[in-house]
Amino acid sequence: MKKRFLAVMMAVSMVAGLAACGSSNNTTTKEEGTTSTDSTTGTEKPADSTTTGGKELAVQIGPNPETIDPALNSAVDGGNMILHSFECLLVVDQDGKIAPGQAETWETSEDGLTWTFHLRDGLKWSDGSDLTANDFVYSWKRVCDPLVAAPYAETVLGMVKGYEEAVGGNLDALAVSAPDDKTFVVELSAPCTFFDSLAAFATLSPVQQATIEANGDAWATAPETYVSNGPFYVSEWVAGSHIKMSKNPNYWNADAVKLDALKFVLMEDSNAAYSAYQTGEVSLIKDVPTEEIPSLAGNEEFHVEPIIGTYYVSLNIEKAPFDNANVRKALSLAIDREYVAGTLMQGTYTPAGNLFGPGWSDPAGGDFKENANGGKEYIDTTNFEADLEQAKQLLADAGYPNGEGLPTISYSTNDTAYHKVVAEYLQQAWAELGVNLEVNILEWSSFTPTRRNGDYEAARNGWVGDYSDPSNMLDVFYSSNGNNDGNYVSAEFDAALDKARTALDPAERSAALHTAEDTIMNDAGCIPIAFYNDFWLQSPKITGMWHSAYGYWHFNYADITE
Amino acid sequence: MTKYVIKRIFMALVTIWAVATITFFLMNMVPGGPFLSEKAISPQAQAALEAKYGLDKPLYEQYVTYLKDASHGDFGDSLKQRGRSVMGIILTKFPVSARVGGVAILVSLCIGIPLGCIAALNRGKVLDNLISVIATGGIAIPSFVICTLLMYFFGVRLKVFPTFGLSSWKHYVMPVISLSLYPMAYIMRLMRSAMLDVLGQDYMRTARAKGVNQFKSVFKHALRNAILPVITYVGPMTAYTLVGSFIVEKIFTIPGLGSEFIGSITSRDYTLIMGTTIFLATIMVIMNVIVDIIYKLVDPRIKLN
Repeated sequence: MKKRFLAVMMAVSMVAGLAACGSSNNTTTKEEGTTSTDSTTGTEKPADSTTTGGKELAVQIGPNPETIDPALNSAVDGGNMILHSFECLLVVDQDGKIAPGQAETWETSEDGLTWTFHLRDGLKWSDGSDLTANDFVYSWKRVCDPLVAAPYAETVLGMVKGYEEAVGGNLDALAVSAPDDKTFVVELSAPCTFFDSLAAFATLSPVQQATIEANGDAWATAPETYVSNGPFYVSEWVAGSHIKMSKNPNYWNADAVKLDALKFVLMEDSNAAYSAYQTGEVSLIKDVPTEEIPSLAGNEEFHVEPIIGTYYVSLNIEKAPFDNANVRKALSLAIDREYVAGTLMQGTYTPAGNLFGPGWSDPAGGDFKENANGGKEYIDTTNFEADLEQAKQLLADAGYPNGEGLPTISYSTNDTAYHKVVAEYLQQAWAELGVNLEVNILEWSSFTPTRRNGDYEAARNGWVGDYSDPSNMLDVFYSSNGNNDGNYVSAEFDAALDKARTALDPAERSAALHTAEDTIMNDAGCIPIAFYNDFWLQSPKITGMWHSAYGYWHFNYADITE
Repeated sequence: MTKYVIKRIFMALVTIWAVATITFFLMNMVPGGPFLSEKAISPQAQAALEAKYGLDKPLYEQYVTYLKDASHGDFGDSLKQRGRSVMGIILTKFPVSARVGGVAILVSLCIGIPLGCIAALNRGKVLDNLISVIATGGIAIPSFVICTLLMYFFGVRLKVFPTFGLSSWKHYVMPVISLSLYPMAYIMRLMRSAMLDVLGQDYMRTARAKGVNQFKSVFKHALRNAILPVITYVGPMTAYTLVGSFIVEKIFTIPGLGSEFIGSITSRDYTLIMGTTIFLATIMVIMNVIVDIIYKLVDPRIKLN
């Protein structure tokens, strides 16, 4: 009898447990679906379009973002989502040009130190309240707040007057002000000709003081408190599943927004993403399984477009034999970049004969790469045989004919994407020079600090630009920069960058930046291997969408045709 | 019984404390940290972050603070998923994993036990061989292979089941099959060998000789004795299955807790590593107590003390 009772009890408790889980889930979805008032700030929120149906576009551009707080985000996928829910003073348009955003016009003082932005009329937050220049003052100061600890603070505000004091805790020292509700003024401590690009940088999006003060860090984790000012607002976020954004009727250009909803499916696995794309459940996927790429060649739904980023190898210049420029150059020239990018990386990368690939803007106008080295590649990627001969010669000049006398070199990398394949290739390629390479594979979280602390000889490295001014990547190699993993030190290079920092004349600035690239390429201060591309699958039904060289997909004005 | 319960609760607390302590120091010994990325953040931002989360303090001080907070149920905020508390993450994600896992446990028990018995009763016959093949396959094939095959055939080709999400019963089919195959196969094997053992016992022969019908003798006398090894296995298995599987959740995009176990380690999200580990240890300890009690109920000869 006891036994039967036990069995019944167990069954009952299991069913009850399951039912409890089920019902709690139902209630959360219901809450999410019908939220119309903001409980914490007590303001009206637009009704969710899930109830009305309409055009919904489902896309996959990455897994669950760590954060979608504009000040805290440092990831591309998080940035891509913020780009749809927020709008900065300025925006980057389809042609990569800076265009008006929340600010309709802007001007710079003659000395380049004061930037004045004039906001549009009638700007509103997604909750319907007014957005003024003071919101920008609050948001920009918040980025400097040591308690917020924004990872990009220095990148975007380091040149603003009072920055050092502000990050020390005195936020009001930051020279940003709002003389009236529609004017926002920034004073710089040194001229920054590309400050317009920074004004379009997601970290500097306006955020609403009321919701942040009421909810703390958690404001950016729930749709009800995530007040934004962009073309969409977050209407649903099931962490690890999806983020749904609905059209924001309070956005100044809402009439041009055609989608009713945009759903970011938060997938981590590329095979899962590919399956969902094949069934039509998702219309665009960023994570295409690499093993499918050969079969997708020539498929019009498969897109490959450049982003501003370079895959390179860092040599630890403090350690012998890498202190010898000829050794570095020889190692660089012994790499068949066309083979690496085209065959090993399946054409998803572009061979790099320069430090800068396509997409970076030359201050003097046009594409930076087109104007570099007189329009010629620094390393001729099309003529590998000649490069290899030259490499052997350089190594002999350095005192290591056929690699004799060179110690075994270790190459550190983490084991994702093509990194291991490239490491194996380098082993083979450098063996041609008589160099013995040992591959040291590290887990991602151990690899980064190892490289940063200089505990390596050669290591995989890479940089994806935050904005298209070439100083963004050149700064990495400045002698005192925290990202200068290779410990590259060159007085000539530093001088050229210093000059580029202060020059106001675009031609002069452009020349200084080109000198810097010439110097580092000539010194082989790093070994560029390939330029990054984004590759993705996209349904032909999507129109009005574009991909930018920053690695973002812009769905703001996208539409779906039947 | 009361004495037993008090003793077990005390033992449980000691176990959880030991797990927490070992994890705390191990994770801090591993190189890397939560605030590292491909691009270095400025030294000020780094220092500010460390100060904010108390990581600038000496390790033993961090440990004492952590234990003090944890004993009050405060597991802190996730270091990587800014603005989310560790408890909040566990409480929203565990029910999702537990729903899928719970169904998978039921499925594996409901299929595994009967099939194991049938195999034992038909020892050496075709049916036994067939079940053995299934059992070996279920144990040998890794779950990511099963997931991928199911996804390909039923998700992409036949389009019978949706490939991601968890909003209808259809969404459960593929994850549940992937999750239950291994435990089901294991239970089948355990059940078969234990049953064979029991069937050869004298009292079973006596029962048969006395004319008790086979159905009754198996279910009343044999099963009760043969199920003990299965119960031993089901305890920890339930704990592991309820908290979710990294692979299954990743492939079917299920927002469960399983992915947080691995994700928190690779991203060095210290507070989340601690939270999920303590959570799993707690469930494991609870399951072991339940297993002991069920033991006692199934076999009164067993003494709990």
